[in-house]
Amino acid sequence: MSLIEVQSPGLQTTVQDLGREGFGPVGVSPSGAADPLALRIGNRLVGNAEGAAALEMTLVGGTFLFPERSVVALTGSDFGATLDDVVVEMWTAVEVRAGQTLKMGPTRSGARCYLCVRGGMDVKLFLGSASTHLLSSLGGYGGRALRKGDVLRIRSAGGAFRTFRKQRLSGRALKQLSPRKVLRVTPGPQSDWFSEEAHKNFYSATYRLAEESNRMGLRLEGPPLNSPSGGEMISEGVSLGAVQITASGLPIILFVEQQTTGGYPKIANVISADLHSLGQLRPRDEIRFEPVDFAAARALLIEQEKLLASEDLIV
Amino acid sequence: MGTVGKTQLRFQVASDQSLFVYFDLPSKKGSAEGPPSQKQITLEAHEQVRRLLRLLELEPIAGVRNLHPAYGSLLIKFDALKLQHEELENLLRTYVERMRSVALPEPRLVEIPVCYGGEYGPDLNEVAELHQMTVEQAIELHSSATYLVYFLGFAPGFAYLGDVAQQLATPRLPSPRKSVPAGSVGIAGRQTGVYPIATPGGWRLVGRTPVKMFQPDRAQMSLLALGDRVRFVPISPQQFAKLALGNT
Repeated sequence: MSLIEVQSPGLQTTVQDLGREGFGPVGVSPSGAADPLALRIGNRLVGNAEGAAALEMTLVGGTFLFPERSVVALTGSDFGATLDDVVVEMWTAVEVRAGQTLKMGPTRSGARCYLCVRGGMDVKLFLGSASTHLLSSLGGYGGRALRKGDVLRIRSAGGAFRTFRKQRLSGRALKQLSPRKVLRVTPGPQSDWFSEEAHKNFYSATYRLAEESNRMGLRLEGPPLNSPSGGEMISEGVSLGAVQITASGLPIILFVEQQTTGGYPKIANVISADLHSLGQLRPRDEIRFEPVDFAAARALLIEQEKLLASEDLIV
Repeated sequence: MGTVGKTQLRFQVASDQSLFVYFDLPSKKGSAEGPPSQKQITLEAHEQVRRLLRLLELEPIAGVRNLHPAYGSLLIKFDALKLQHEELENLLRTYVERMRSVALPEPRLVEIPVCYGGEYGPDLNEVAELHQMTVEQAIELHSSATYLVYFLGFAPGFAYLGDVAQQLATPRLPSPRKSVPAGSVGIAGRQTGVYPIATPGGWRLVGRTPVKMFQPDRAQMSLLALGDRVRFVPISPQQFAKLALGNT
């Protein structure tokens, strides 16, 4: 059995896969990787199934000792990784020799970097998923972020250890999948409760990601909107990427650890094809919203999945 | 559009991968109308939600990924590569037509022991004062009603219970607590509920139960399910300590 030793955990490093859907009726949130595209691609680079469990690092990465030989890939944002002091390329399968140490530092681009290891992280599944849900301390490694001294098990890659091939994500795909700061949105379920002026202001404003943003929600700072009826309504289900306007008139984008229901009107919803961009937003990043219709949103998602399925995605 | 019993049926796109089914909401659109009031939550609308949820659990639609029931609505999340809104809406209309014949499980009556006031219910005195009643009267009002589990949401196993007696209805705290202990029993408006895990929260805390509301390693993770009936049974701090010991 293979292991990884956590010498330093980084700011907030958790085990994540693609989350657990289907438990809305008991109030359990899906959770899962904040940038699912980076997780999927990283897993493919090391020869895993797309949804294998990996480590999600936030803003500052950790230091990990590999007692045994391994194959890893770092995807998402560049955390300045080195392997025994040699710079590690992003979006590339890398061979790790027994006893080597992989060290990350503060981010040089977006909010999250994924460490995918051949075989995937071996943690006890909760409701079929390895994803950590921090708020409720469920799933992942003890339901919490990693700490110094933790030892993670890696699943056997199955069969003989295949010969290592240094494969990488194509430059074209990397460019097309790079995170956006202009988020495309479709109208939210209470979109028509907002005045014409509120819509105008919402789509012309530049918002800044607040420090207190987390995996539950991205809080935005900027010009407040007039929220209808004091901003409260009867609680109802909420979608991933929903842009709710609180009583203060400021938006919160509901994110992967979202509550399953909420009581604020939602003016818009980030399109599926742009959800991965949310996972790369850092505090103080400036963003804007751009309206698109449902047909365009669907076309963009299909285009993205086509790219991910293309034969020359990994070269 | 359409009617189901006395309720209105309405579909509303929520995102490029989710669709709302609303029962009992105003059929007219337009910003002038604004949000519906609490009064419009009817038991009948809630029963329609339960029926549709039950039928969707019995006969799942391929491509549907998650269901989020609430007072008078059901949010349906789906895989946008497998389903489209119109297609799903058409399928759901056939479900709504058939759901009248769905047998709902007999409601269970679940009794939850609660130690009211003191360190367990730090807002109880204020709640009683606000309504110009004694603490004993407030406890009596809260524990004499039988509540309906409208839905679970917010956090794993958090049940929205209603309706709290009008004389005891209390708004949320102006600013939520950073951490509410697990088992805390709170009031928000005419809703009441038990925090299953320690989370931030803005409901007025009137007591605490030693009973575990959410146990992820059990087959039935959540003590409460949609449609259950709940009664709170007052216990002493000594009984609380004894029951809490039995749970560990």
